[in-house]
Amino acid sequence: MADAISDETNRRDFLYVATAGVAGVGVAFAAWPVIDQMNPSADVRALATIEVDISQIAVGQSLTVKWQGKPVFIRRRTQEEIEVAEAVPLSDLPDPQADADRTENPEWLVMLGICTHLGCVPLGEQGDFNGWFCPCHGSHYDTSGRIRKGPAPKNLEIPPYEFLSDSLILIG
Amino acid sequence: MNYDNGLRRFRRGTIAAWGLLVVCALALNIGPSFAAGDAKKPKPHDWSWESGPAGITGTFDRGALQRGFKVYKEVCAACHGLKFIAFRNLADPGGPGFSADEVKAIASEYTKEVLDEFGDPVEVPRAPFDHFPSPFANEVQARASNNGAYPPDLSVINKARAGGADYIHSLLIGYKDAPAGFELGDGMYYNEYFKNKQIAMAPPLFEDIIEYDDGTPATIEQLSEDVVTFLMWTAEPKLEERKRMGFMVIIYLILMAALLYFTYRRIWSDRH
Amino acid sequence: MSGHSTYEPTTGFEKWLDVRLPIVRLVYDSFIVFPTPANLNYWWTFGGILTVCLAIQIVTGVVLAMHYVANADMAFQSVEHIMRNVNYGWLIRYVHANGASMFFLAVYIHMFRGLYYGSYKEPREVLWILGVLIFLLMVATAFLGYVLPWGQMSFWAATVITNLFGAIPYVGEAIRELLWGGFSVDNPTLNRFFSLHYLLPFVIAGVVVLHIWALHVPGNNNPLGIDVKGPQDTVPFHPYYTMKDAFGIVVFLILMSYFVFFNPTILGHTDNYIEANPLVTPDHIVPEWYFLPFYAILRAIPDKLMGVIAMFASIAILFIVPWLDTSKVRSTTFRPLYKIFFWVFVADCILLGYLGAMPAEGAYVIWARLATAYYFAHFLVILPVLGLIETPRKLPESISKPVLSSSGPSPAPAE
Repeated sequence: MADAISDETNRRDFLYVATAGVAGVGVAFAAWPVIDQMNPSADVRALATIEVDISQIAVGQSLTVKWQGKPVFIRRRTQEEIEVAEAVPLSDLPDPQADADRTENPEWLVMLGICTHLGCVPLGEQGDFNGWFCPCHGSHYDTSGRIRKGPAPKNLEIPPYEFLSDSLILIG
Repeated sequence: MNYDNGLRRFRRGTIAAWGLLVVCALALNIGPSFAAGDAKKPKPHDWSWESGPAGITGTFDRGALQRGFKVYKEVCAACHGLKFIAFRNLADPGGPGFSADEVKAIASEYTKEVLDEFGDPVEVPRAPFDHFPSPFANEVQARASNNGAYPPDLSVINKARAGGADYIHSLLIGYKDAPAGFELGDGMYYNEYFKNKQIAMAPPLFEDIIEYDDGTPATIEQLSEDVVTFLMWTAEPKLEERKRMGFMVIIYLILMAALLYFTYRRIWSDRH
Repeated sequence: MSGHSTYEPTTGFEKWLDVRLPIVRLVYDSFIVFPTPANLNYWWTFGGILTVCLAIQIVTGVVLAMHYVANADMAFQSVEHIMRNVNYGWLIRYVHANGASMFFLAVYIHMFRGLYYGSYKEPREVLWILGVLIFLLMVATAFLGYVLPWGQMSFWAATVITNLFGAIPYVGEAIRELLWGGFSVDNPTLNRFFSLHYLLPFVIAGVVVLHIWALHVPGNNNPLGIDVKGPQDTVPFHPYYTMKDAFGIVVFLILMSYFVFFNPTILGHTDNYIEANPLVTPDHIVPEWYFLPFYAILRAIPDKLMGVIAMFASIAILFIVPWLDTSKVRSTTFRPLYKIFFWVFVADCILLGYLGAMPAEGAYVIWARLATAYYFAHFLVILPVLGLIETPRKLPESISKPVLSSSGPSPAPAE
């Protein structure tokens, strides 16, 4: 008799727990579309990567392109700039990183044109190190885009990119 | 509680609610058919995406989508735009299933105007993220080149006409010689399925007007079926995802309803 | 909310909160132990269903507003953007569009239930009036929302409905320009309609709170229409009716899912997938199905001003129903004559809906006039007169009595 009652109670508990559990799963699934709709939409995602033709850039020239709404500096560096960048001892750098670690091909420097201090766009071929200079708060970057002086904490960021051919790079 | 009585009442209630809804839906459906004036009712066709009860298992015929795209590109695109469709959509799941490289090649067949470094307009090839170009610069130009008629954009055409896919299909294969005594307007063509039975669009499809890559014989019927399938996809690109999700949602809700029903009965069981 | 509260805070925090903001007590008294007649049938689940409908519309609506652009040049395109590019945008938009239809289906069932069981009668007049007010706000919200996709039906519905106000003598013209923000329906109109469409649902939510308050003072009506005599007639709202309502809600969601997933455009009009064109009117303007009866009444009257008055009167008359019905018996179950007239009235409303979808010509106009006349006669003649001449059946003594007597030959013994 006592067993019958506890069986009944168990079945009842199981039913209630199952109902609550299945309802919970349903609510979670229903919530996801309402959250995911805020993530980048398909048209935005389609612009997440761009191809850039670099065949027209001469040595010592730069090109600024827009990628994911941000400026990307593509600079074909001179031999002198490369040598200066490679010669800097890592101990002189606030954010130590070798020049070789910042390029696929030393001739081409591809980086985000956003100052790591507060997000301004630095100016090219300026500043104490002949690299980039941010006019907002006076951050100086060298010819490898590394921070050398001023309030910025980090080197200019390198976006993911690859050379599709000698004249074409894919950013993103 | 009297269980049978409750269930009977519930059944009666459900039937009444459905009845009300069906009557309203019918009333709504009869409306648009009047709008078409004396046009003939479109012939129902067996579409790939309508298979199964209530179209539950329907998916697009992939081959028809690819062939239909070719019909659009080589025939319809001369006059009709497809402005809500980006080339990248051609590779989307549930669509014609072109590969990323094929999409890139298709997009580059079209050009767009951008500004060069001197601020002068130059033509460059379109990219996958660009949309299909419109054949005319604006409505005035479109009307001027088409005897005053405006070729509508086809992006959502299957949803924008009463009868939907059946209507477009009937229209495309419905050209005939006007019966004796029928007064046909200048530059108009006889088509029983169009309002007032005359349409400004010349018969667009002819047998073998294009050659299909997969060797399917290009009859008028086939060309029309394919392009209408393609246009159903442009109008409802998420149709397959929608039906798949709907199937799961309804299974889930039935399970949930059953659990809640037993919970409800169990809770009320001490109220005899 | 009526009577004394039986809530006893147990934890320290609950005790602390209870003397500062007794919100747990409010929920406990209103939705947990609230004494609810034990004999409510499934038609009573539509209150819960409607609450869910409102919640779904607000959640999906707020989300759609994150992507929709209220600009005459971009509105149509932004809706297509939602349908094609936004993650699950197609789902959210179809739920919102079909949700409006489901909302009206549920509200009509809820209203007819109130009419059948006399839920508007003393002491529930204010409850009923607030309900009619919610319905009126729903009508306005649905109309404003229908304009937003800026298709042909959107544009011409906006034009036709705002022109109704032009029928008002002397000031009609000025009111119309005020509504339009111009000399015709255009971008300013769309922009303000969007603003109001976003606002009104929250007003509805506020009136819903009043509606529930006004329900909880006299308590629920019930299928027998007789007053609750004591605790033996009631059950606590939770879990008895929370579970029954939840079951009703899920069954209703199955119906809604059919439309959302397998027939999402059937309840809309094809012309609304054609972009708005101020120079071309569609061949046949029809509103959404839930407005068709009122549309039929509007067109049945050959005079512009009178037509508009008749249409608004058809809703306004609901406000005074509690005083038009002279019968003291609430439930139609015990009113043999009225039962017939009730179903004739339901048929009349459906007929009006059908006629609203038909062109306003020939026999349809005659039928629409007859049906309109009957609609008003039901309220102005049948309700008052029938209450005086009808002999109602004998009312049961209490809610618990008939339940006991009708439970059949073999009731299971209590556990």
